[in-house]
Amino acid sequence: MAKTLMKGNEALAESALRAGCRFFSGYPITPQTEILEYMSWRMREVGGEFVQTESEVAGINMLFGASAAGARALTSSSGPGFSLKQEGISYLCGTELPAVIVDVMRIGSALGNVFQGQGDYWQLTRGGGHGDYRTIVLAPASVQENADMAYEAFDLAEKYTHPVLIASDAAIGQMVEAVELKDFHDHDINKYDWVIKGRKEGEDKRIAENVYYAMGADEYKDFLLEKYKRIEDNEQKWESVNTEDAEVVLVSYGISSRVCKEAVKIARKKGIKLGLIRLKTLWPFPKKAFDALTSDIAGFLCVEMSILGQMVDDVKLATDNKFPVKCYSEFSNVPDPAIIIERAEKMLLENGGRK
Amino acid sequence: MKYSIPKTITNIESGWCPGCGHGIVTRLLAETTEELGISDKVIIVRDVACGSMQSGVVTYNNIGAAHGRTIAVAAGAKRIRKEDIVIANPGDGSAYSIGIESTMHAALRNENILALVVNNSVFGMTGGQMSPTTLPGQKTTSSPYGRDTSYNGNLLDIMKVLNTFDIAYLARGSVDSPSAVMKAKKYIKKALMMQQDNKGFCLVEILSPCPTNWGLSPEDSLKFIKEKQQEYFPLGEYVDKGGYDK
Ligand SMILES: Cc1ncc(C[n+]2csc(CCOP(=O)(O)OP(=O)(O)O)c2C)c(N)n1
Ligand code: SF4
Repeated sequence: MAKTLMKGNEALAESALRAGCRFFSGYPITPQTEILEYMSWRMREVGGEFVQTESEVAGINMLFGASAAGARALTSSSGPGFSLKQEGISYLCGTELPAVIVDVMRIGSALGNVFQGQGDYWQLTRGGGHGDYRTIVLAPASVQENADMAYEAFDLAEKYTHPVLIASDAAIGQMVEAVELKDFHDHDINKYDWVIKGRKEGEDKRIAENVYYAMGADEYKDFLLEKYKRIEDNEQKWESVNTEDAEVVLVSYGISSRVCKEAVKIARKKGIKLGLIRLKTLWPFPKKAFDALTSDIAGFLCVEMSILGQMVDDVKLATDNKFPVKCYSEFSNVPDPAIIIERAEKMLLENGGRK
Repeated sequence: MKYSIPKTITNIESGWCPGCGHGIVTRLLAETTEELGISDKVIIVRDVACGSMQSGVVTYNNIGAAHGRTIAVAAGAKRIRKEDIVIANPGDGSAYSIGIESTMHAALRNENILALVVNNSVFGMTGGQMSPTTLPGQKTTSSPYGRDTSYNGNLLDIMKVLNTFDIAYLARGSVDSPSAVMKAKKYIKKALMMQQDNKGFCLVEILSPCPTNWGLSPEDSLKFIKEKQQEYFPLGEYVDKGGYDK
């Protein structure tokens, strides 16, 4: 298929439909709203169900019902609206239901503001709701990846019967780029043996509820640990840029990683050996990307848009405190390549380059 | 009268307290779906509250929704399974307190589901706290001096709200006597027939005893429904798009 120009949010919505998504329920909030608006007419065209719900709470719960009934279901939000979805996401995890939930990140706590941000990293990767759980979190850095990851998210969600979150942001959602969309895929709502529908005589009874009740506490604990390990072993995704000989390695994702790529290019021209690990999954965190690196690196510089620095925690864990790890964090401004290079040079000066 | 247990009722012992109304409502559901020949189409969406114990005593496939979300979850499931009969089974706390926004908006969208609300005027599961349908003067664990409407707020009669909505069916029944149970059964059956014919949103509320949290014997609980609960929550059909009285 030829490439077309599309806005990030719309490419994500169209791609979800092409993956067989036939249910969307959500509530308007900037900068996510184009997903809902696009779905409001396009879902009808493809014969699916679109509901502008009374709240995000209703949105995630209608999705819960649609998913239990076997549909590929999507909801999306930002900031405060994404917070309202957390109880529902916890229920999806406990119940072992697949679904795709998009967080088009904006900045700040409380109302914050509508500009691009990455301050939901903790909420996205630490569970966000109550109880012990993780969700698979995909981090697109372009309109093309918005489309590709939305498409792939449904397969992943069903592979693990688990919700998959897409950590987009205002910049990726609003930018217009060329995108190649995948073909339409038909999803059969009766495909899986867990879907809830009327029970015919002789069939086994199906219940969609917290799987812990049927398993009991001990078995559930083992089950969950095994499941999360399986996801961690198989689903880490990242892109490495010039890491082979790098003296300082940037770590970033989403909109910030685009700036980092630029910084690597500029630095290399100046003779500074800068590299980049770009996370494509926030959870499972791509630990393998760090394991593959040699030990004579001056340090890692995390580049992210959150005041406190959130992703940096995971980089410290992944490198086991064996390397200096610093964080360059911005709030409402997109990180500046010049500052990135300045910080990298400072790290080189302090810690020395490759021996 | 010949009576046999509906096929959709299992022989698993329920967790409900003696004299609880949830069991009667469940039996009515089983009888009506069997009489209509739709047992194999039923999907139940139940709350985490006392209604959750329905899951074990029926053979229906069912979904456990978060507290207050049965109606939203049922609406989502029905939109995917249009050939099935989807029944949300919340309590009064679920449907009228934490979940009231979805009760109203599911009605506004005329979602083609049945909300079968068990109204026992308390939060049963959590130990009998005040709910939006707790009566004035009624003592609960969170209104220990009796509900004082100037302090605790007024009660909600959902019939007075939804009777202005463009929905298919709205009725309130009770289980305080055999004749009341027969009437309640008629209401439930009518609502199910309407869903079969895609008429839209139906809400049937059943006044139901909670002897445990009312601090009354099962018999006195029935008296309480007749003499007290019905004073504030009159029985009858409030919206009926018609055509289903035989
Ligand atoms: C979000 C949330 N808040 C509170 C609770 C605790 N809770 C469980 S059931 C319930 C009230 C039950 O009352 P009702 O819905 O009237 O049902 P009943 O048990 O009386 O049948 C409450 C408050 C919960 N599970 N989830
Ligand atoms: S607490 Fe009340 S509502 Fe719950 S099972 Fe006991 S009697 Fe029924």
